[in-house]
Amino acid sequence: MAKTILTVDDSASMRQMIGMTLSGAGYGVLEAGDGAQGLAVARGKSIDMVLTDLNMPVMDGITLIRELRRLPTMTGIPIVLITTESDAQKKSEAKAAGATGWITKPFQPEQLLTLAKKVLGQ
Amino acid sequence: MSRPNVGDALEVLTLSLDDNLFAFEATHVREILDLVPITEVPTSNPFVGGLINVRGKVVPLADLRHKFGMRCRAPTVDTRIVVVEVDLDGDQTTIGLIADKVHEVSRMSATSLEDTPKIGMIWRQEYIRCIAKQDETFVVVLDLPTVFAPDPRAKRDHGPDGAVGRNAA
Amino acid sequence: MTTTDPGEIFQQEAQDLLALLETTLLDLEHTPGDGALIDTAFRALHTIKGSGSMFGFEAVAKFTHHVETAFDMVRQGKLAPNHGLIAVALESRDHMRLLIEQPEFADPRTGEALLARLREVVETGGAPAETAVAAPSEAVAPEAGIGWRIRFSLPRDALVNGTNPLLLLDELRDLGEARVVAQIDDVPPLAEIEPTACHVGWLVELVTDVPAAAIEDVFLFVRDEMTLEITPLGADDAPAAEAVEAVPAAAPVTVAETVGRPTAAAPTPAPAPKPADPAVEKREAPGSKLAAASVRVPAERLDELMERVGELVITQSRLSQIAATSLDQQVKAVSEEIERLVLELRGTTMGIRMVPIGSLFGRFRRVVHDLSRDLGKEVELVTSGEETELDKTMIEQLNDPLVHMIRNAIDHGIESPEARRAAGKPEKGRMLLSATHAGTEVLVTLEDDGAGLDRDRIRARAIERGLIAADAVLADADLFQVLFQPGFSTAKTVTSLSGRGVGMDVVKRTIDGLRGRIDISSTPGQGTRVSLRLPLTLAIIDGLLVRVGQGRYVLPLAAVEECVELSSEEDARSRGLSFLNLRGDLVPFLRLRELFHAKVPADHYQKIVVVSSGDLKVGLVVDQVIGDHQTVIKSLSKLHTDIHMFSGATILGDGTVALILDIGHLVAFGQMVEDNLRESA
Repeated sequence: MAKTILTVDDSASMRQMIGMTLSGAGYGVLEAGDGAQGLAVARGKSIDMVLTDLNMPVMDGITLIRELRRLPTMTGIPIVLITTESDAQKKSEAKAAGATGWITKPFQPEQLLTLAKKVLGQ
Repeated sequence: MSRPNVGDALEVLTLSLDDNLFAFEATHVREILDLVPITEVPTSNPFVGGLINVRGKVVPLADLRHKFGMRCRAPTVDTRIVVVEVDLDGDQTTIGLIADKVHEVSRMSATSLEDTPKIGMIWRQEYIRCIAKQDETFVVVLDLPTVFAPDPRAKRDHGPDGAVGRNAA
Repeated sequence: MTTTDPGEIFQQEAQDLLALLETTLLDLEHTPGDGALIDTAFRALHTIKGSGSMFGFEAVAKFTHHVETAFDMVRQGKLAPNHGLIAVALESRDHMRLLIEQPEFADPRTGEALLARLREVVETGGAPAETAVAAPSEAVAPEAGIGWRIRFSLPRDALVNGTNPLLLLDELRDLGEARVVAQIDDVPPLAEIEPTACHVGWLVELVTDVPAAAIEDVFLFVRDEMTLEITPLGADDAPAAEAVEAVPAAAPVTVAETVGRPTAAAPTPAPAPKPADPAVEKREAPGSKLAAASVRVPAERLDELMERVGELVITQSRLSQIAATSLDQQVKAVSEEIERLVLELRGTTMGIRMVPIGSLFGRFRRVVHDLSRDLGKEVELVTSGEETELDKTMIEQLNDPLVHMIRNAIDHGIESPEARRAAGKPEKGRMLLSATHAGTEVLVTLEDDGAGLDRDRIRARAIERGLIAADAVLADADLFQVLFQPGFSTAKTVTSLSGRGVGMDVVKRTIDGLRGRIDISSTPGQGTRVSLRLPLTLAIIDGLLVRVGQGRYVLPLAAVEECVELSSEEDARSRGLSFLNLRGDLVPFLRLRELFHAKVPADHYQKIVVVSSGDLKVGLVVDQVIGDHQTVIKSLSKLHTDIHMFSGATILGDGTVALILDIGHLVAFGQMVEDNLRESA
């Protein structure tokens, strides 16, 4: 059974790249354009991992993580932050909110796959 | 467009208009059709007074006989429509040309205008690309882009067309 | 063009973001304290930087980083979004755009100059704030020996937050031969156990030649909160105090210097959702279906789709014609069903192509901003009707004409602040750009409250140029049409901005090409109004097929008000143009037979089709009303540009061509003849 990863990013090109990479490696991919959408998707679907951007309209990444961690179904589900170097100070805030890890832009598709493998096993 | 040099070989399509023989370079020709239903364009210049359907495209139909002041005979079994493509002011435009008869595509050699007998000389010089000769026959090779270029002198009143918009009294 | 290259998607996305950034900056100039605007600007910059770095736009990312930093300061209240900052940011935005779209034309010196200005603004505008980018400190990895003894325990909430210790152990096992012993000293009595907390620690003896840093990497995400001891194997079992000092956890998963266009791991075609839309998309494992809430499609595919639908409509009308003469009921039924489906498909396809005009209007604020600054005029652009939808091809083609009209209005219409004050007007000029639906058309108007057109000067110039006769009697609206004649120019000094005299004729030509009309009205001292009337779509319309003489013609159905019979008495009473009494309204009517020089005699019972354009009506006398016809519009060739009575042609079910009547033109013509009759009466 393929693991399903939810990507939350307001950048369509990022979603595209992440989607292609992950679905190419056999993962199921769900996408959302901001935190609120991401939360809505997570409420309705069974998800094995979340990748989220920090700065997004409507609901930002940190709030999303906090909200996700309140969902019973999200207990123990890895949430990985997509950050840039300038977000460094935000990382600890995200961790406090319940993030599992992070990946820093720019990254290569292979690095993303390594990360997915790392947090999901397989 | 530069005129071909004397002696250059030209591939041309020859056709009859009224009783005259004309030709133009075969590179313009897209296809040759039997007569199809023609839709008249009211108030238009009779030279381009019709529209036809060529494979789903609406194509203007031109009658060179009007342009050159020749008799417009009723269609016969020989009447054809030659579909050509002509560069009009940068746009490749598909145009249908009515022909009383289409002869053939043949190679001819360009000859100098001075050598030419006085056939075809009643038309404006700029419409003529060159005179070509095969065996002992001379044919006027038309310069199609010039033939279809807007004629600055041909300002006519199209009733409503001329009256509204400009009011150039 | 494909939609699967993230680089291309980034370019499209960046276009949207840059447009958003521009409007946001312009808004911010008016309401500098608006936190939502500041956030939006910051986010746009942030995404351009982040995504840009992902897809090989390093120069963009690098440049944008500095602007983003400035806006981060604004966000934190350390810097005021004053005019200086907005101005630099707007120009920086232009530079980013160049870097993204035409990097070969981007001058690095421009970029440097902008950054220098930005630094200046930042330094004078607020406390210089260091961006706290934690530099990853270089860890000195201990020499690798025969292996490592690793003792670790995780933070209590690690399991809840998605860290799986078994995976960590697996990763350690991947590094070498591992012996794992669970440390259960800290596990509390059963009653006190929290099921979701991680009470267990582990001791791992790992035989390996990897450096200690590789082991640190395994614990990368939890490093800060966990306890971790790494000691070389073979050394004494050292107490915790001698544990290797942990490497700071800032080194992320990735190596920053390797940037390039990503090679797609697998070519799964996946349309990217529009960023603006609620885009939630389920993408299953490869091979399964996609279902997207919104997709981005290259424009030419929409054109292609429209073309296919057009062909289908024409073919379907052929089928209808055959079915009509067929005796086979099944053929008739299928034909009707297909007709219905084609109609729906047509509606859907056209709907896809409709775009709100607001996207276009948004661009002009910048034009107004820059122009009024350059010309030393104060101008405010007010827009309305942004939600009005138009075919997207039309919207694209409207850009240049509208820019030109706006430039003209600012350059020549709106007076300098001094002149305005002298005239008793507010110093700030006002332009209203609006769009509304008007029947089958969309009306786009640009109004300014400037000086208005100088009638006498235009007239003098038109006579001088031989455009009108010296004794011509013309209404203003007709006189102003000379502005659209090629080469007409009234500006005393030609400015580089509107390049007077090379523009309005091009505007006119573009609008004509869209089958639209352009009208000007002006009141001296109060302003000028330019109106564009545009058809809703360029592709397919519902038509009413009529016959005049032997020819068949199409009228746009939406312009048709009603059809009435022309009684033989009425017909006999009038020749040429006449009036029809329509419930008390006198409506002029035109005999199309006469206009078209029809050669065959008129039908016994002629019909008058009453059509309207704007609030004007005219009756068109035809021989027969044939019926509704889905009309695929084909434009006329250059050889027929002098024909104004027809806006295009279409292909009928039997394969013949029919002309489409230009209602606006006929109505105007009818009105003009009517006016002449009234005057001479």
